[in-house]
Amino acid sequence: MNFDLTNDQKMLQDQVRKFVDAELAPVAPEIDKSGDFPWKSIKKMAELGLLGVVVPEEYGGSGFDFVSLAIAIEEISRVCASTGVIVAVNNSLVTYPILHFGNEEQKKKYLPVLCCCEKIGAFALTEPNAGSDVVALEATARLEGDHYILNGTKRFITNGGEAGIHIVFAYTNKELKHKGISAFIVERDTPGFTVGKHEDLMGIRATANCELIFEDSKIPKENLLGKEGDGFKIAMNTIDVSRIDIAAQAVGIAQGALDEAVKYSKERKAFGQPLHKFQMIQSMFAEMATQIQAARLLTYYAGSCKDAGMARFSKESAMAKYYASDVAVSVTRKAVQIHGGYGYTKDYPVERMYRDAKILELYEGTSEIQKIVIARELTR
Amino acid sequence: MDIIVCIKRVAQTAEAEVKIDSSGKDIIKDHLTFDLNESDTYALEEAILLKEKFSGTLTAVSLGAAETDDTLRIALAKGADSAIRIKAEDFGELDGYKTAAILKEVIKDLKYDVIFTGCIATDDYYSQVGVILAELAGIPHATLVTKMEFVDNKAHVHRELEGGLLEHLEINLPALFAVQTGINEPRYASLIAIRRAAKKEIKVVGRDEISAEKITLNSNLEELFIPPVGKRAEILSGSMDEISTKLTGIIKEKGLL
Repeated sequence: MNFDLTNDQKMLQDQVRKFVDAELAPVAPEIDKSGDFPWKSIKKMAELGLLGVVVPEEYGGSGFDFVSLAIAIEEISRVCASTGVIVAVNNSLVTYPILHFGNEEQKKKYLPVLCCCEKIGAFALTEPNAGSDVVALEATARLEGDHYILNGTKRFITNGGEAGIHIVFAYTNKELKHKGISAFIVERDTPGFTVGKHEDLMGIRATANCELIFEDSKIPKENLLGKEGDGFKIAMNTIDVSRIDIAAQAVGIAQGALDEAVKYSKERKAFGQPLHKFQMIQSMFAEMATQIQAARLLTYYAGSCKDAGMARFSKESAMAKYYASDVAVSVTRKAVQIHGGYGYTKDYPVERMYRDAKILELYEGTSEIQKIVIARELTR
Repeated sequence: MDIIVCIKRVAQTAEAEVKIDSSGKDIIKDHLTFDLNESDTYALEEAILLKEKFSGTLTAVSLGAAETDDTLRIALAKGADSAIRIKAEDFGELDGYKTAAILKEVIKDLKYDVIFTGCIATDDYYSQVGVILAELAGIPHATLVTKMEFVDNKAHVHRELEGGLLEHLEINLPALFAVQTGINEPRYASLIAIRRAAKKEIKVVGRDEISAEKITLNSNLEELFIPPVGKRAEILSGSMDEISTKLTGIIKEKGLL
């Protein structure tokens, strides 16, 4: 067993770390406040190859593995959770399913555009009445000639307000239940497609989280991803992968909060000594650091399962996502606690990190859903 | 144009707690992080920009332990064509002169028009290696370089002086330039370049492959120490007038005025 990163992973970590500290950290509080989508940062990251980390070079990507993608998302999220999830969505929720389930024409047409960030991607599965319960989808698509006619509303779509390319899920045959769901690649300028409400979120506020409305939208037949009825399989397979990146996002947010808490504990004095000299603070640090490292190892392990070609790694990715999310919420809460009253102000980044962390327990499957996935795998 | 850039991996001590080791001549490094020396980052970028403008070759050279390979790989990912690591562990104690002498022996057989170094290393603050290397190689040099242009085999360089003065020099090539921070905007290596660099070989040169002549220390480090905290400190209180009167009195009392 070898826990060392490879040479290229070490270099990727080093360069991404330097980039985010210099370029993202200064704007993270600004975009949290304004809610503005960080296009400038995203374009710079595209130039470095961070928008298509696992996409092969022939399609405009960087050709790295999934552990490397997790390392990149972790580093980005350490300073800016919004940017972390924007990049994670483009990588694992959009380029990945196109790469894995798309035909050659779709790969050639869409992957280079997504990797160079001419357009950013979004993954439109959730609906007002269908979150964890995917089969409750109401969106439908019926084939008419050379087009599918798509109707429905999608909700809470990260990147939704800014994306140029969307993976949209809809029933092509409701009678078949989950086997009747299909996936489509939908471009922003499709007639009948409008962006609805922009969500005013508690955290990850710069992610253009929007409602998407499809009213008799004409989707070219060739934009069906996989075959009719493959949608549920595509969604579940994709989410298995993307949960690794959400776990990585959680590790990054938690590490960022711990770093801030350690720094503050050396600067701030109480009762005549720096905070870090107090055993109750030390106890919190020990718990935080240990939990973060455990979450990181679960995350990298889930990534390595994917990299090793394991056909099924739902349990591993669910464990990583469930545990890392829990850790992120707990660690950011403690980081605020260590900062005292100052931690409750926007003068310190832990306030933002605490708000950002909560979403981790909700999206890409709530923590409760992760537990169901893990338990089901144990009893299969 | 053929270019050499000499770089150094240094402990990052700016925000760390620094402690002296048992030898009394070095700091305890096991808890520190290491990175490319700050001004070397700019020297590397300047070298890459020059190579991109005039084409040619760029070789990155570093005297360091095995971990220095990580730093050299970043140089390869950013744009160096080849990299050489000189095994520091073969040479014992180092000073500015000895480091420059070792570097000179390693690069003497390489083709070069320009050598870049950073202007100062943040671990020892000697600021000697570039200057001595140029002297040993018998080429002109300029230090604290903040701007450069190359025309007709000559370099036009700006040097930063005290008091906000700038000096403009014309220097014939081949020459060595010790680069000041801020001269450019160092790039980040792209992921594709990182993947390619990870596969490149780093040439490792040891003591046996270098002529022993002239590789000696020019100075001996006697002791490295953290200055003792002053035993007396007095905080002056009162209005500005009262404080300045008290201060003047103390300075006079100590015979400094």
